Amino acid sequence: MATKHVRLTYSQQLIKEPLVYNMGHQFAVVTDVRMADVGPTAGFVILELTGEEDEIERALQWARDKGVRVDEATLGDIVEG
Amino acid sequence: MTFAHALKCRECGREYPLNPIFSCEFCFGPLEVAYDYDGIRGAMTRDSIERGPTSLWRYAELLPCDPKYKVDLGTGYTPLIKADRLAKAVGLDTLWIKNDTVNPTWSFKDRVVSVAIAKAREFGFEAMACASTGNLANSVAAHAAGAGMDCYVFIPDDLEQGKVVGSAIYNPTLVMVRGSYDDVNRLCTELSMARPWAFVNINVRPYYAEGSRTLGYEIAEQLGWRSPDHIVAPMASGSMYTKIWKGLQEFHKVGLIDTPHTRMSGAQAEGCSPITTAFEKHTLNFVPQKPNTIARSLAIGNPADGYYALKQMQETNGGAEMVNDDEIVEGIKLLAETEGIFAETAGGVTIGCLKKMVASGFIRRDEETVAVISGGGLKTIEAVADKVVEPLRVPANASAFDEALRERQGAPVGARA
Repeated sequence: MATKHVRLTYSQQLIKEPLVYNMGHQFAVVTDVRMADVGPTAGFVILELTGEEDEIERALQWARDKGVRVDEATLGDIVEG
Repeated sequence: MTFAHALKCRECGREYPLNPIFSCEFCFGPLEVAYDYDGIRGAMTRDSIERGPTSLWRYAELLPCDPKYKVDLGTGYTPLIKADRLAKAVGLDTLWIKNDTVNPTWSFKDRVVSVAIAKAREFGFEAMACASTGNLANSVAAHAAGAGMDCYVFIPDDLEQGKVVGSAIYNPTLVMVRGSYDDVNRLCTELSMARPWAFVNINVRPYYAEGSRTLGYEIAEQLGWRSPDHIVAPMASGSMYTKIWKGLQEFHKVGLIDTPHTRMSGAQAEGCSPITTAFEKHTLNFVPQKPNTIARSLAIGNPADGYYALKQMQETNGGAEMVNDDEIVEGIKLLAETEGIFAETAGGVTIGCLKKMVASGFIRRDEETVAVISGGGLKTIEAVADKVVEPLRVPANASAFDEALRERQGAPVGARA
């Protein structure tokens, strides 16, 4: 089992879709929302995902394919100038 | 001896012991060092600071590490230069340049790495590591060499030769990673979890980031124990920009300066401007970008401190600006030609944005302003190599020189006026 902390960023078109719910139902991952700010124009969700590593990656790829930006939750970019 | 007493979550306020950890296990918020300011107030005076070393270690009581573990290459206490000619060129009455190009590896990164390596040694780490496109890699490699520690530096495999050599000379284990920036990010995050290394901007990030506060301390001390009206600083992750303000607030908290009313403004390149773009849209939630700019030292598309930088702009009535690649080069040249300071591309971003903010009236002419120049120009020479004046090419005789000079100046050569 693995755990991953991610930040999901998505635009207006996806606001009305239950993204986190669907992710948890379509993939064998436990979704745990730790912070969220979803407004009329954009959504930001900080999520802990628990499951098999491959399954987590499949779930995140599913989100990316829908147009969701997936980033590491806390650190931002590691590569600095 | 340190007056740091805990790590505290910037989101929920939960406290943790001073360990090599970086995020809150409850809300994943970033951790920041908390200090006993009453203790510092009793241990530190203007006089004791002025009698201290001419480096950032003059503020040792305010640093989160025991100075006995320091690796002192002479970082900090860099010049604050009154820039009258540049002030006139941009339209300000009073402008100062905080010249951090003169640090041991020619950038402000020596401040953060000084603190990170001291803390890493205190924790008992035997190896330092980082992922970087230039300045950070140079500084980590140099400090690890100075400490005799193992060092692992991860760089993208398309990096210019000059930047590779700038780290390689210190003989670290230099790893060129094939793949995109996102791939390098992913690999280093994974390695940091599984290796017993001090990854400067991952597991010792809360301590590392604290080094930038010394910029705020120095600016206040060098202005005669007061804060300026306005500071303009470059923003990559947003960490340095936020820590300068934290430094000014702390100096007030420990009784060294009056309440700071400094407006804090940040500078980004158009090709990587997630923070400035969010500021312009009046939101605290930035959207990450894919960087495409000559200012590679600022090319952080997903800035860890972006949210806090945006909050600070609101809090201080500051702002954010961005400039394109041509304006960056113009900024580098303007600073060099008016003040004799050769900055890297981040400096061009700062000067370009300063100029725009004065021109728009966002910075008033009578605001005493400090511009932070964070790195030296020889690091990014390719950005300006074909934009500087062509030399006169002459045979070795005086009349040929006079003729060439006449052509160049378009005026008769005579006695110097």
